[in-house]
Amino acid sequence: MTNKLVVENLRFRPVRTALSVLAIGIEVVMILTIVGISRGMIVDSQRRMRGVGADVLVRPPGTSAISLSSAPIPEKMVDFIERQPHVASAVGTMNHPVGGVTVVTGVDLARFTRMSGGFRYLKGGPPRQPNDLVVDRYYAQQKKLHAGSMVELMNRQWRVSGIIEEGKLTRLVVPIQILQDLTSNPGKISQIFVKVDNPANTDEVVLELKSKLKDYQVYSMEEFVSLLSVDHVPGLAEFIGVIIGLSIVVGFLVVFLSMYTAVLERTREIGILKALGASPSFIIGILMRETSVLAIAGSLIGIALSYGTRWLIMTLVPGSLSQYIVPDWWPIAGGIALAGALLGSAYPGWRAARQDPIEALSYE
Amino acid sequence: MSDPIIQVRGLRKVYRVGDVDVEALRGVTLEVGRGEFLCVVGPSGSGKSTLFHILGGLTGATAGEVIVDGRDLSKISDAERTEMRKRLVGFVFQKYNLLPTLSAADNIAIARHIAGRDRIADPRFTEVLGLLGIGHRLDHKPRALSGGEQQRVAIARAIVNNPAILLADEPTGNLDSKNSEAVLGVLRDLNERLGQTILMITHDAHVASYGHRIVHMLDGEIVGTP
Repeated sequence: MTNKLVVENLRFRPVRTALSVLAIGIEVVMILTIVGISRGMIVDSQRRMRGVGADVLVRPPGTSAISLSSAPIPEKMVDFIERQPHVASAVGTMNHPVGGVTVVTGVDLARFTRMSGGFRYLKGGPPRQPNDLVVDRYYAQQKKLHAGSMVELMNRQWRVSGIIEEGKLTRLVVPIQILQDLTSNPGKISQIFVKVDNPANTDEVVLELKSKLKDYQVYSMEEFVSLLSVDHVPGLAEFIGVIIGLSIVVGFLVVFLSMYTAVLERTREIGILKALGASPSFIIGILMRETSVLAIAGSLIGIALSYGTRWLIMTLVPGSLSQYIVPDWWPIAGGIALAGALLGSAYPGWRAARQDPIEALSYE
Repeated sequence: MSDPIIQVRGLRKVYRVGDVDVEALRGVTLEVGRGEFLCVVGPSGSGKSTLFHILGGLTGATAGEVIVDGRDLSKISDAERTEMRKRLVGFVFQKYNLLPTLSAADNIAIARHIAGRDRIADPRFTEVLGLLGIGHRLDHKPRALSGGEQQRVAIARAIVNNPAILLADEPTGNLDSKNSEAVLGVLRDLNERLGQTILMITHDAHVASYGHRIVHMLDGEIVGTP
């Protein structure tokens, strides 16, 4: 019977119920989207790094796993590494940020093709002219580019010579020498990918390179990919924490306001229940159950909305952002929403439970 | 009076309104017999609603003794008062006070639920529903019921847990004469057929004539029984 009363109360005020559910849904989708984007960006980075086909990665001293720019490594080091035992091939790349998290990567396409099998061109082909640029499918989709389109980057007009399948190295590719010249970094590179003759020799090559390249960061690819996580991206965990905190505040305020007005609006009804012998815990229980229903429904809406935000991101900005659906966060986001909502209904519930039945019954 | 179900002696109630003490009851003494239909008549501010609230366990007394069905209400806590409202008393209000979100049947069922009697079969209740003439309207929400029907649902809710006393506060105050007669007829039937003790507040002499006995209140005191 109590559940029926709870359901009927929610149905009786459909607009407020819908708004409360929607607000909690937005709270949940904020959490799921920010976590989904964080994971999506990281997993995409991992995928692109793995896509190169290298077994070892050499990075400059003092750089973090996600640093996108700087080219302090002498390019001749690529040849040096290639001469080491068990090294099958090595290729240097140079990264240059062009806004947000978007990076243009300069690469020696011949060496890269030897190592990775090369890019798979969906349209067009590799760069042939100095102003030729290759973009991946998502970037092309976001910028509405086709083979032959012109695009401005780094204060320069580029012709899209080809559109490649995503998931290998980067989204924007130019010949490395052109990027070095444009950025006044001739003969410099950002990192070196190394392929060994046999994956079983990876650790041996890592040790060898570490001993010969003092201060450089030398990782097996699996080790490096494992560093691409929320915990290793400076400030990301804190950022997610802030968003979750804001979400809790939003949920708390929405439910507080909703339940506070509900208690005021239902003062007489609370008085009736008290006249019938309802205890304070019964009154609080009804409000808590209503809140829980709102929070659960809001969580389901939020989960559904997270598919919507993913669709929006993949439709509008697939080249800049990537959002994953994160089912493991559904119960966490739902729990956060429920906790915020219950917190928000605590004071209204307490107020309702303490209402004097005579005053409540005379409330107009 | 033999076997009184309500015994009130020297009952006083003082309200604090702002910085002023308002003496609503000034030493009321009253006895009501089991199965009696008593009408309390008086003008606004005479203290009859306050007496009603104390007898119904909605508020405590400032001084005096109130015994309902053997329980001294002046010595019980708020929690115990809440408990007694479940079964000892039933209320009928002037404004019906049905829960607008629930159907008539559920308004009655919620009273049984609060009293913890959901699963207790009560054949007498079917008879009562027949007596009230609302059996065919139970699926409707209050807004779909006439005033008279709402008040009959409220009466059903008030007696669904077999209370020792039924307290009716101006039960016909919002009704036209036809519905008033119907509701008063129902109350009289409940009293005569089922032996339900009823205290009814009114300021209408005709309504009061339905009771066995009338007491008059003025300025917080009982001033006489004609």
